[in-house]
Amino acid sequence: MTAIRRRLIVTIVAFGLPALVVIGGAPLVGSTSIDLWRALDRSVPISENVDAQIFFIARLPRTLAGALVGATLAAAGVVFQGLLRNPLATPFTLGISSGAALGAMLAITFDWTIGFGSVSAVPIASFAGSIGAVAIVYALSVARQRGLSTGVLLLAGVTLNAFFSALILFVQYFADFAETFRTLRWLMGDLDVSGFQPIVLALPLAAAAFGLFATLPRALNLLSLGPDSAGARGIDVTHAQRTAFFSASLATGAAVSVGGPIGFIGIIVPHLVRLLVGSDHRLVLPASAIFGAAFLVACDTLARTVIAPVELPVGVITALLGGPFFLWLLVRR
Amino acid sequence: MLSASDVRFSYGPSKDTLRGVSLTCAPGDLVGLLGPNGSGKTTLLRLLAGLLRPGAGAITIDGTPVARLTRAALARRIAVVPQETHPAFDYSVLEMVLMGRYPHLGRFALEAPEDIAIARAALAATGTAELEERPFATLSGGEKQRVVIASALAQLETTDTPSPVGSAFRRTSAGLSRASSYLLLDEPTASLDLGYQLDVASAVRRLGDERGIGLLLSTHDLNLAASLCRTLVVLKAGEVIASGPTADVLTPALIRRLYGVEADIAAHSRTGRLIVVPVGRTAAP
Repeated sequence: MTAIRRRLIVTIVAFGLPALVVIGGAPLVGSTSIDLWRALDRSVPISENVDAQIFFIARLPRTLAGALVGATLAAAGVVFQGLLRNPLATPFTLGISSGAALGAMLAITFDWTIGFGSVSAVPIASFAGSIGAVAIVYALSVARQRGLSTGVLLLAGVTLNAFFSALILFVQYFADFAETFRTLRWLMGDLDVSGFQPIVLALPLAAAAFGLFATLPRALNLLSLGPDSAGARGIDVTHAQRTAFFSASLATGAAVSVGGPIGFIGIIVPHLVRLLVGSDHRLVLPASAIFGAAFLVACDTLARTVIAPVELPVGVITALLGGPFFLWLLVRR
Repeated sequence: MLSASDVRFSYGPSKDTLRGVSLTCAPGDLVGLLGPNGSGKTTLLRLLAGLLRPGAGAITIDGTPVARLTRAALARRIAVVPQETHPAFDYSVLEMVLMGRYPHLGRFALEAPEDIAIARAALAATGTAELEERPFATLSGGEKQRVVIASALAQLETTDTPSPVGSAFRRTSAGLSRASSYLLLDEPTASLDLGYQLDVASAVRRLGDERGIGLLLSTHDLNLAASLCRTLVVLKAGEVIASGPTADVLTPALIRRLYGVEADIAAHSRTGRLIVVPVGRTAAP
């Protein structure tokens, strides 16, 4: 067994086991203590089984949403940082989250629903908004030259973020109090999904993104040396950049459709992981996905319990942790 | 033999960067590429490495057009050392050198022990073996450049064990016959002090002499070119204005024409090499 294979296995086990404990334990923790055996007791009908209701309807979907969103945002952060050759990039740097926010807020303000008027269109509108932002940024980045200009990508993303924020304020002006409150809550980033439906919608998208991520680690190592050095080592730079851009954008859009723009996961997790395993993307990418899942679930458990019975949106917790962490990173370099 | 024949290239419609350039580099050759800023040296190297496609003309390696090879196949035969390398993340020296092995591995393959042996041998060949565990970012400029050269060496090293081609999990380079390989260096000593310039230059010279790698090196340093290169190719405004053995090409007239500088060229008494001493600017370059 070679050194790199051994490191890969050790890394996945060392991150995976604690993650399983955290994710497995999270649904058991909360403001109300529940008895797992009672919750799993099929002899009591679920309408009379409060433990089962809390476990299956409130906590389990929320934990699974946290794991999905955490893994996806952390991995997307790794890919964006490699693509943009910038360790301070996040999944939201390129304007995807503000596109998603605009979509979500339109759905909230104009009360869009799907089908028979029962299902909220917010996740789908937010995903559509992120697709729109991605399309604009991509079109700009390929307009001026063959290949993908990461410099234009970065500037276009930052500008689009500002522009969409302005549009959000504009739409906000026409919203009533209840709508404004819902929008604000959505913008905070919250995993209170109350059911499996958003997860089921996002899962195929996230799975497709992870399928593409699996092809990327070596290309990301090379891209971080610069496009010419990467090309001279045998990769198709434009193809790799395009794959990285679209897969990470897809992952981000899917994650935001579930939990809103939960900040800083995509930067805290990859950096902590790099401190532990080094910079080789073949280790950083899977380790970040695993650690991201556990980290967001842990943050959400804290959010649910820290001032119980009030449940904080998890985005508040990650932002409170992430802001100082980001500054520390900035100063450390 | 790596050769460019009548290569034309432009980055945009306005101006041609290269206007019909031809050159050859044989295995074991050490060819210097001279020319003022903006003369097209870097563009030519990028074309030779397959990073750009010529607008007209042909670039061939042992007669095969470069465009007909896959990127990985080309990378196993042509490596590039840029002026400076700044990885966005902290890699160890060994990790940097192992990145040279990627074109030899299938998409999902991991480096085998022999790849690590090749990387260590490449580090030893450039006198950087003791740096293996160091973070690349903490090295001095000259150490970095030698590690990047080691990475290029590891990239050009073929293994002689034939293996089934086509599996993404196996190595893909079946070295049935040792094909010629080339190293393109773009101003490799430009940002280095005198001591490191010598280290890099002697590492480069050994590659041609001992391994038969064809070397093509662009530089602004006329004395480096004079001491290192057997052949010179001189570019100005996208055209070759002189080429041939170093002693024939490197003349005061050429330097006047290239840079608008009056220079004396003499053989150095202790080394026998040509040295170029700029004396002053001529009236009009």
